[in-house]
Amino acid sequence: MASTDNNGGARGRAPFPPWILTTVRTIGSIVVTMLGLMFITFIIGRVMPIDPVLAIVGEQATKATYDAAYQQLGLDRPILVQFFYYVWDVLHGDFGDSLLNARPVVDDIKRVFPATLELATLGVFMGIVLGVPLGVIAAVKRGSWIDQIARVIALVGYSMPIFWLGLMGLLVFYGILGWVGGPGRVGIFYVDVVPSVTGMILIDSMLDGNWEVFKDAFSHIILPASLLGYYSLAYISRMTRSFMLEQMSAEYIVTARVKGMSEAAVIWRHAFKNIRVQLITVIALSYANLLEGSVLTEIIFSWPGIGQYITTALLSADMNAVLGGTVVVGLVFVLLNIFSDLLYKVFDPRAK
Amino acid sequence: MSETQSLRAWLLTDTPTSRRHAKFAAAYQGWLSFRSNTMAMIGLWILIFLVFVAIAAPLLAPHDPFEQTLANRLQGLNADGHILGTDSLGRDILSRLIYGSRITLFIVGLVALIAPITGLLVGTVAGYVGGWVDTILMRITDIFLAFPRLVLALAFVAALGAGIENAVLAISLTAWPPYARMARAETLTIRSSDYISAIQLQGAGPLRIITKHIWPLCISSLIVRVTLDMAGIILAAAGLGFLGLGAQPPSPEWGAMISEGRRFILDSWWVATMPGLAIFTVSLAFNLLGDGLRDVLDPKDAET
Repeated sequence: MASTDNNGGARGRAPFPPWILTTVRTIGSIVVTMLGLMFITFIIGRVMPIDPVLAIVGEQATKATYDAAYQQLGLDRPILVQFFYYVWDVLHGDFGDSLLNARPVVDDIKRVFPATLELATLGVFMGIVLGVPLGVIAAVKRGSWIDQIARVIALVGYSMPIFWLGLMGLLVFYGILGWVGGPGRVGIFYVDVVPSVTGMILIDSMLDGNWEVFKDAFSHIILPASLLGYYSLAYISRMTRSFMLEQMSAEYIVTARVKGMSEAAVIWRHAFKNIRVQLITVIALSYANLLEGSVLTEIIFSWPGIGQYITTALLSADMNAVLGGTVVVGLVFVLLNIFSDLLYKVFDPRAK
Repeated sequence: MSETQSLRAWLLTDTPTSRRHAKFAAAYQGWLSFRSNTMAMIGLWILIFLVFVAIAAPLLAPHDPFEQTLANRLQGLNADGHILGTDSLGRDILSRLIYGSRITLFIVGLVALIAPITGLLVGTVAGYVGGWVDTILMRITDIFLAFPRLVLALAFVAALGAGIENAVLAISLTAWPPYARMARAETLTIRSSDYISAIQLQGAGPLRIITKHIWPLCISSLIVRVTLDMAGIILAAAGLGFLGLGAQPPSPEWGAMISEGRRFILDSWWVATMPGLAIFTVSLAFNLLGDGLRDVLDPKDAET
């Protein structure tokens, strides 16, 4: 985004005030990015070696049936025209029907997205609650044992394959100790017990007042959420530490100390206050990564979220589902990025 | 003895006599400060060991990694001469791990070549030429950055067909954009410096300026970034292998081995555990090495 935010718009007799130009430019870059994203996915979907027509009609179909299905899918049109129609449909909230179960992809995504959202939100929440204090303490007590622990946590987090750690977690906490529920969102007896309002079982069961389901759902989500939480903790604590170190060596901190301010006030009221904006950017990024990066976790824990949805669809050549899922994930990612960029501009006067 | 001492003195001199002398002296001093970093040295030794294991695999492996003995399946640790046990087809896990190191090195090596070079090309051209070329190239970079990385790699492999070469391509395709960003930023600062103008006045063309004067200055930060990225590359490759989209059976790729062991995780934990430990050790080594290299080559970003 560095290329877009120069101050060229404000020079001379500009016909529009600069904020309009910035807004137009931001929206323009979202549109171009999203179109590019859709185009790449679209092309990938078209060159896949699995034949979507065969997936529908089956191997035994006659030539006539095959051709009819081929035409019905619109595959006889030029590829750019197909792409144009696809974008047009997406703008109307239509991702087409899933080739496998013939349901609209939008409905499928509405069903699986809350599961991912629930998992990622709980994960990033753990990451923030533990990671930010850990990073601050590690920076303040630099070189102490807490700093060393924070360093090890981050290093291990950057080096450990997430699907392996998930398996080990299942082995230890489910298989051996039996402390948590196994794969899936709830035990088999609790499936579809509470009415789906938000699609997030923890919230739905609370709304319904069904604490038994809540407890069961919690015992299922806690392990995968802790896993994601650990990875975001590793990242957030590391970034917090380096932001804090930068502030703590600034001269205003020395001034505050010389004034006789208590150390707690120096740390939290002065230094920490100045890293809040940077921190929110890091958290937004971490959140976006959890939303998109939970593919392997969802597979290990049989979590019916968007990562598992896209993977299953990919392996069965369900193009509409792949495209829809990827576009939604991409959109969330782009929006979170732009949101954190905007926060920077609004709250950090130096960025203006 | 005196010869090594004079070599040391020659390397540590403050008054180099030639350009090559200065280069060697700088490299030696960098090595000295790198050597004092214990963690980085541990990482380096682990990786040297890995390369050794990969080269000497046929000599080190106690068994044939592909030999199946169904009567001997899922044997525990240290059973029957199988130090790390056997998998569901009775193959020796240790031997498979040893041969698997070759696959890991192959993937990492190729991606570490393809992605940075692509990024360097795109970034320096965009930064040096500027204008609409810059806009288009950077827009494409942004689009690739906006993609969910693993999903993009998955989609590419699904489109190209599962296999180790396609996994390499897919990971490279998702790994190049950050390098392009970095190379562009460096090029922008270098482009406006006086010595570039001086060379331009001497009549140097863009090709010469980019290859001879901009690339060498981008290299050191690129190397640091590559080393730190290696861990991510290993994890991505293992993830693809785990999903069945990377190396195909019976290849002893570590991620695929975890996936095979997943079915027996509750009864035969070692089948999935051992390859995971191998992946963890190697990517940890790359992270340690990368941290150390950053402190030496890129002091302005150093943490401590």
